[in-house]
Amino acid sequence: MTHADAFPLIRPLGLDGLLVSFSDTMSEPANRAALAFREAARLDLPDGVIETSTSLASAYFRFDPLTLPHSELRAALEHLLDTRDWYTAPLPEGRRLWRVPTVYGTERAPQLDEAAALAGLSPEEAVQRLRASRVRVLTIGFAPGQPYLGSLGPEFDIPRQQDLTPTVPAGALVLAISQFVLFSGAAPTGWRHVGQTAFRCFRPDQERSFALAPGDEMIFPSVSPEEFSEIEARDRDGNGGATVEEITA
Amino acid sequence: MSLIAHSIGPACTIQDQGRPGYLDQGLSRSGAADLLALHEGAALLGQRPDCAALEMAGFGGTFEATQEVNIALTGAPMQASIDGAQAAWNASHVLTGGQVLTVGAARQGVYGYLHLAGGIGTKPMLGSRSAHLTAKVGKTVAAGDLLPTGAGHGQAGFKIGSPDRFTGGTLRVIASVQTSLFSAATLDRLESTAFRRGARANRMGMQLDMEGQGFAAEGQLNILSEVITPGDIQMTGSGNPFILLPECQTTGGYPRIATVIPCDLPRAVQAPAGASLRFQFVSLEDALALQAAFEAELARLPGRVEPLVRDPHDIADLLSYQLVSGVISATDQGD
Repeated sequence: MTHADAFPLIRPLGLDGLLVSFSDTMSEPANRAALAFREAARLDLPDGVIETSTSLASAYFRFDPLTLPHSELRAALEHLLDTRDWYTAPLPEGRRLWRVPTVYGTERAPQLDEAAALAGLSPEEAVQRLRASRVRVLTIGFAPGQPYLGSLGPEFDIPRQQDLTPTVPAGALVLAISQFVLFSGAAPTGWRHVGQTAFRCFRPDQERSFALAPGDEMIFPSVSPEEFSEIEARDRDGNGGATVEEITA
Repeated sequence: MSLIAHSIGPACTIQDQGRPGYLDQGLSRSGAADLLALHEGAALLGQRPDCAALEMAGFGGTFEATQEVNIALTGAPMQASIDGAQAAWNASHVLTGGQVLTVGAARQGVYGYLHLAGGIGTKPMLGSRSAHLTAKVGKTVAAGDLLPTGAGHGQAGFKIGSPDRFTGGTLRVIASVQTSLFSAATLDRLESTAFRRGARANRMGMQLDMEGQGFAAEGQLNILSEVITPGDIQMTGSGNPFILLPECQTTGGYPRIATVIPCDLPRAVQAPAGASLRFQFVSLEDALALQAAFEAELARLPGRVEPLVRDPHDIADLLSYQLVSGVISATDQGD
């Protein structure tokens, strides 16, 4: 990491946002820093901030620039940045571990072979590694409740596709740049569709509309297409056969 | 009180100013594509601009009033009539019980709005009535659906002048965090290129087409996914710009070359397929001044409404009206 020189970096994003970036590449410390900084800032921000969020390695602050000048919010964020080393901040409290049954490949997830080839692996070897990977919710974004999960091994640092896949279904497990995304709804994507789950990240009809939180961890064990069809058929709550436990440590 | 939609176009949704506060959970704000039109409708009815309205993409429908209700029509001008008599656009009208409002195809632009006195009173979800179709929040309004009115009677019989923003034009943009990933020559070319709105467009985003090569950043396919804001101009692998709109994703990994400033988004969304569009970079300071002027104009809209004087040609049964001493002259009007 060379973040010591250029980062953290505060820049305008759109007319009504400031982005505090902790790195320009995904890294464990930068992700921790973004989560912790946003959490701390939420408690102590000037009036005029409308909403906040985190992405993989940055925290975002949307505000009304006509009532809260850029310079004033920037000064408040700079002051908070100086209060500690955010790269060593702890992960959020109350994290959970999810195990979500997944069909790899088949017509359910037709780009497994392609992704495996780009990773220099046979499809079988790729599944062995993916189903054993324990990944963390690095951020939630793109679509409601939808997690970016990482990091997978360096062999899975494969690029996004040039052209978008017109649509993958809800519950699709897609892969690029050593990360998974678990799709919350049917959508076009440039990531490769390697697995399919029956997990619903966004449940607008349930009291808890958003299933996951940044810092949660996930494992995607492999099931057969037959087992998966049974899970789908009996799923009522959107968990898609997943189990969940508290992470203590 | 409510309106019954007897028939309706394929892309009509209920929209207010959107649903801030869920960006951290991946849910973008949604809200009316043309916020100016939303404010104009509120001004015409004498109500607050946070009222929900029916957003009609390209085509409206037929709507029957169950009881007397005041309505307003704004945004992309569409063919409109009440019981067969032409109804002025950018105006508010009374619908008496049983009357039918017919809204046809857009004559210019894309998004027309039907406002009801008191606002559309559907149940809010996470603090807003805005549909967000890509997030599966709400749905398109279908034939047979009721549009209930909220509290408030409003006012009718007013019109408002509305700026033309329905044929494309120049969109002011500011640099964003990924602008520096593009070369100076590429940024120059962005400003000098004549774009056309492409066929792919919805409330998530609109694709632009152009002659010549696409726009690419260094390391385009492997940059870190980062926060998106509506108005961002995203370059996908094909090099065609997409302007991201109210139902856009909240983060994304395709680089954004610049951001259309909020006060120019009504012009962007209302550009119909094939309309020409250009981009012009402005400084953050200039953009803030433009936005301040726009918001000041929104605040002045309630004072800009004028009484709607009906054109006699639009009155279906002129002979039944009691005019001056019962005498009707076809020649001495308007002197």
